[in-house]
Amino acid sequence: MTLLSVTALAGGYGPVKVLHGLDFEVAHGEIVVILGANGAGKTTTLRALSGMIPSDGEIVFDGEDVTGRKPQVLARRGVAHVPQGRGTIDELTVEENLRVGAWTRRDSDVAADVDRWFEVFPHLADRRTQQAGSMSGGEQQMLAIARGLMSRPRLLLLDEPSLGLAPIITQELFAQLGDLNRELDTAMLIVEQNAGLALRLASRGYVLETGRIVAQGAATELEGNEDVRRAYLGL
Amino acid sequence: MQLFLSQLMNGLGNGVIYASLALAIVLIYRTTGLLNFAQGEMALFSTYVTWKLVDDSEMGLPVAAAIGISMVIAFVGGALIERVVIRPVERSSPLVIVIVTIGMFLAINSIAQAIFGTDTKQLPSVFSDAAWVVGGVRVTAQTVGLVGVLAAECLLLWLLLQKTRVGLGLRAVASNPDSSRLVGIGTGNMLMLGWAISAALGALAGAMIVPMTPGLSAGSMQAVLIYAFAAAALGGFDSPLGAVVGGIIVGVAQALAIQYVDPLNDIELVVPFALIGGVLLFRPTGLFGRRVVERV
Ligand SMILES: Nc1ncnc2c1ncn2[C@@H]1O[C@H](COP(=O)(O)OP(=O)(O)O)[C@@H](O)[C@H]1O
Ligand SMILES: [Mg+2]
Repeated sequence: MTLLSVTALAGGYGPVKVLHGLDFEVAHGEIVVILGANGAGKTTTLRALSGMIPSDGEIVFDGEDVTGRKPQVLARRGVAHVPQGRGTIDELTVEENLRVGAWTRRDSDVAADVDRWFEVFPHLADRRTQQAGSMSGGEQQMLAIARGLMSRPRLLLLDEPSLGLAPIITQELFAQLGDLNRELDTAMLIVEQNAGLALRLASRGYVLETGRIVAQGAATELEGNEDVRRAYLGL
Repeated sequence: MQLFLSQLMNGLGNGVIYASLALAIVLIYRTTGLLNFAQGEMALFSTYVTWKLVDDSEMGLPVAAAIGISMVIAFVGGALIERVVIRPVERSSPLVIVIVTIGMFLAINSIAQAIFGTDTKQLPSVFSDAAWVVGGVRVTAQTVGLVGVLAAECLLLWLLLQKTRVGLGLRAVASNPDSSRLVGIGTGNMLMLGWAISAALGALAGAMIVPMTPGLSAGSMQAVLIYAFAAAALGGFDSPLGAVVGGIIVGVAQALAIQYVDPLNDIELVVPFALIGGVLLFRPTGLFGRRVVERV
């Protein structure tokens, strides 16, 4: 069952076209990775998906055409986008960042979910009332991800979650993402530079080059593909 | 000593006024990142509305009720201004936005004169003119009332920003608009709300200021706005607490400077300008602020 289906996605910044017709999909509960060199258009792809920039083509999420809808609408439909770099809301406390992550929810389990992510990320629990902006890069990345999960998304878009993290923290983080995926059945579309790690987590992958998909397939296939290994895995 | 103390009281009365307008400036700066040079004229217009509600022979409302109604009108007006005037230029360069707010300054001022006339109006104070002598210093009901209003205003604002869902949204948008959009906050609505609250606070400030001046006229808010900007700069443009402390410091500094520094007697506006200059030079974030003002 497809959760997200994208056809001929094009978009960019004003007159600058960055994406030149992408076709890809993500199934319910699936983890998919997008690889590509710096400037390939990975971030732009995620921004188009979450409605942060205008786009052409067709984006169908859970059977509904959401092309050109605002970020607010996508968030309400169940898409959580953890942007590249500092996605935290610096002037809110750690706990407030989590609560604001549940902005679209009206149920009464929000407090329970906050506690739950504090259990999963004990580093954050220790800093509950600290301003998010005063935390280390790694802690902020954890917080941004936990905040994304607070909306109980059906699709989590992660833009370079390992950026600026120590290798050991990255491994921990990816292990946790795998657990979360198994436990909550949250689908994930992950953009990563750390291709090796990402391909081990994902079931499928796409390789992006200057706004076009140049390779795709099962993660194991991509890992074995000579061209991909040379260009993106640095092997 | 007594002279000093009574000047201190005078200064406090004025300072509270500057603080209340500075709060309005800070609120817009926090939510939208821009300095609204038309803040004073928006307050002026609202104060004319208050005056009209009190003065009109048919309505003739009590002052407190008139202030309440004009705050509601200002709330709606502030939201409209954000929607109609500010939103179309929101993504333009800071210079363009500054020019737009200066344009609004001039436009609102002329419209107010066209509607309400150019003669000076008298707006009675909500407070009684009682006064007490405490330890040799005259304390007026006016000053006590002003301090009370400001304290209540601060408490309500604090509750709104810290304890409500909408407050959480307002603070989130102020800090990181992109991430706020991604979690599903309607950032446009939050900006509109910021302008609305700020305009309502301005209406309140205006009705507090005018009874302490010779009367309500087209120029009533201009000097006050400069003091309020000095207060906001001193406290930090993004800090409501800073606005209050800054306002009181500016008010007291002004009163003492006039009393004790003879040459300043007629050119007292030097005081706020010196303060603004000094702050920008030595501590651009202000006493309590975090963000450096770059968009001026
Ligand atoms: N805000 C922007 N305005 C204009 N061009 C941009 C902007 N952001 C990115 N680009 C351009 O779009 C292209 C793709 O960028 P991006 O999607 O960030 O790549 P990636 O995430 O794969 O490194 C680059 O050429 C970049 O210069
Ligand atoms: Mg990127």
